Amino acid sequence: MAALQETVDRVRRVDVDQYRYGFETVIESDKAPKGLSEDTVRFISAKKNEPAWMLEWRLEAYRRWLTMAEPKWARVHYPKINYQDLYYYSAPKPKKTVTSLDEIDPEILKTYEKLGIPLREVEVLEGVVRPEGERRIAVDAVFDSVSVATTFKEELKKAGVIFMPISEAIREHPELVKKYLGTVVPTSDNFFATLNSAVFSDGSFVYVPPGVRCPMELSTYFRINERNTGQFERTLIIADKGAYVSYLEGCTAPQRDENQLHAAVVELITLDDAEIKYSTVQNWYPGNSEGLGGIYNFVTKRGDCRGNNSKISWTQVETGSAITWKYPSCILRGDNSRGEFYSIAISNGHQQVDSGTKMLHLGKNTTSRIISKGIAAGVSQNTYRGLVTAHRKAIGARNFTACDSLLIGDKCGAHTVPYIEAKNSSALFEHEATTSKISEDVLFYCVQRGLSQEEAVGLVVNGFVKDVLQQLPMEFAVEAQKLISISLEGSVG
Amino acid sequence: MPLLEVKNLQVRVEDREILHGLSLVVNKGEVHAIMGPNGSGKSTLSHVIAGKPGYEVTAGEVLFNGEDLLEMSPDERAAKGVFLAFQYPVEIPGVATMTFLRTALNAQRKARGESEFSTPDFLKKVREVAARLNIPQDMLRRGVNVGFSGGEKKRNEILQMALFEPSLCILDEMDSGLDIDALRIAADGVNALRSSDRAIVVITHYQRLLNYIVPDFVHVMSRGRVVKSGDKQLALELEASGYAQFEDAA
Repeated sequence: MAALQETVDRVRRVDVDQYRYGFETVIESDKAPKGLSEDTVRFISAKKNEPAWMLEWRLEAYRRWLTMAEPKWARVHYPKINYQDLYYYSAPKPKKTVTSLDEIDPEILKTYEKLGIPLREVEVLEGVVRPEGERRIAVDAVFDSVSVATTFKEELKKAGVIFMPISEAIREHPELVKKYLGTVVPTSDNFFATLNSAVFSDGSFVYVPPGVRCPMELSTYFRINERNTGQFERTLIIADKGAYVSYLEGCTAPQRDENQLHAAVVELITLDDAEIKYSTVQNWYPGNSEGLGGIYNFVTKRGDCRGNNSKISWTQVETGSAITWKYPSCILRGDNSRGEFYSIAISNGHQQVDSGTKMLHLGKNTTSRIISKGIAAGVSQNTYRGLVTAHRKAIGARNFTACDSLLIGDKCGAHTVPYIEAKNSSALFEHEATTSKISEDVLFYCVQRGLSQEEAVGLVVNGFVKDVLQQLPMEFAVEAQKLISISLEGSVG
Repeated sequence: MPLLEVKNLQVRVEDREILHGLSLVVNKGEVHAIMGPNGSGKSTLSHVIAGKPGYEVTAGEVLFNGEDLLEMSPDERAAKGVFLAFQYPVEIPGVATMTFLRTALNAQRKARGESEFSTPDFLKKVREVAARLNIPQDMLRRGVNVGFSGGEKKRNEILQMALFEPSLCILDEMDSGLDIDALRIAADGVNALRSSDRAIVVITHYQRLLNYIVPDFVHVMSRGRVVKSGDKQLALELEASGYAQFEDAA
């Protein structure tokens, strides 16, 4: 259990106000003027050398957005956001095509180092050749808004997998982008998704052709770096018939006092017999001990099991952000398709989490599984909000949901808000929910055996979330375990 | 220097005084039994020595190898060699017993400035001790005490005692919930740990356990004090005459 020990050492070093990733990289950036208008949208589109159809798509979204209101139903509270007081585009300068590591701004490389990005990814970035047969991770590194370097591109190309910044895909594979973009999360979907559609700067695009099993885990690190810059990622992943891909996403952001808005959109599409596994470890700046600062994370993630026998699995470890508003969902359209949602959501300090999933059963014999583990500490509020529906035609739909909440201390709150709708009598939905408090007796037992109070909390919480941790790819499981302990620092008096 | 020296210990829980000036001296190599009726303060004494929160020490002191034990956090005490085998060991779902043992052992070693056990050394040690206590490997893979029988839970406590090699072992009502076979296995495990550089304090209601773990000294507690001390004969006398005589003495 060396990892745990390491966690504990780290926990000891990290103070709530000393957010580990709270540093800024000083690089010159190329900003759009402050505020949002048709001109901003045109500026972004022009910066990306986008074709006319893309600009039109964005403008339509922008006009739609003007008519929409911010959603109010989530259990989160924050001061009104002035959308005219934000920057909607920033890119590191000078922007040029990168063919070798030497061409990447050393400041950016240093940032990766500080972030503690696993050695193997650094090796990847440095072009180190690893022995045959070892599992590799391709990194499409998003630094602020522009992808800095795309690695393993050649090998993926050999397999026929397209993995590139979406801005490039718009230019190089317009037929695919046109065919799928906005088909899972339409431009009219919700306030934040529509905003994203208008101003998204970059993100990842993945297409796995029929019958191809993606030869490596795809991993993208997002990072917000520009002061007052809204971050609007757009990710689109398509697994064609019989294809498989596992995609990992991890996030960090520097410390600051102003709140930062993040409104990403992720769309997943699986055709017949295809599978996508999407994993997230999110540890953005949660704000300081007084509840100042921190990221507003208003994300729309949705997968469409468009084909028969297809599968989409979401796994998330949410520990950061001041406010999380996030419901990775599955539309189970194809017959026998399957959706999964595994979630660990931790809130400490003044954090507010309103997260969950939607499983929309449309096809016959569709199945879904929801395992949600919420942990609330400090004065935080942690809400699970979920919707499970079976359409009239979804004969034989099945869902199993288990929502467990763990409270640490007596000033936090855990809430479970499940919505269940079955429109045919053959649907079988199960829902289990528990709420418990971390027990003093358990903590004393652990400290009597030599664990410190913080080690004990880390151990007990890691036990509580074990079912979900096991769903994560190995690369993230250890990192996530550390993160869980770090984010609960100071939660026990 | 005694291993453990409790001097005139007075302890409160909320507004109620539980221990009214308790004194006790335990040397290395000795086995002490503390007997007494319910509510006499036996468990409180063990909790205060181990550092459980919720108790207020209003007077007296507890020295461990001459050091002020009450100044140390519970995990520091554990690293110094204080081990409490619980009457009701807790369950920790999702944390494999093996993981727990290793984490705890290495935490103690680290606190003492010793190197952590390597995986092979650790596994070898655990397997050896587990075999001696009749603990199947399967049990070590399960969550800590999750779904364990009463006997398994107690054996797990003794397994930890054997692994951590504490200098002071306090066994709180070790016999509760055990049938005679389970009791024998547990007692054998404890006896195997008797040594000249370790002391064992057995807290119990009944003399029965002392047939298996034979004490050098027996103390009778009543109403928060030690009212009589003697050798193992005292336990037999108690069995015959009961605690009532000491209720008055206190």
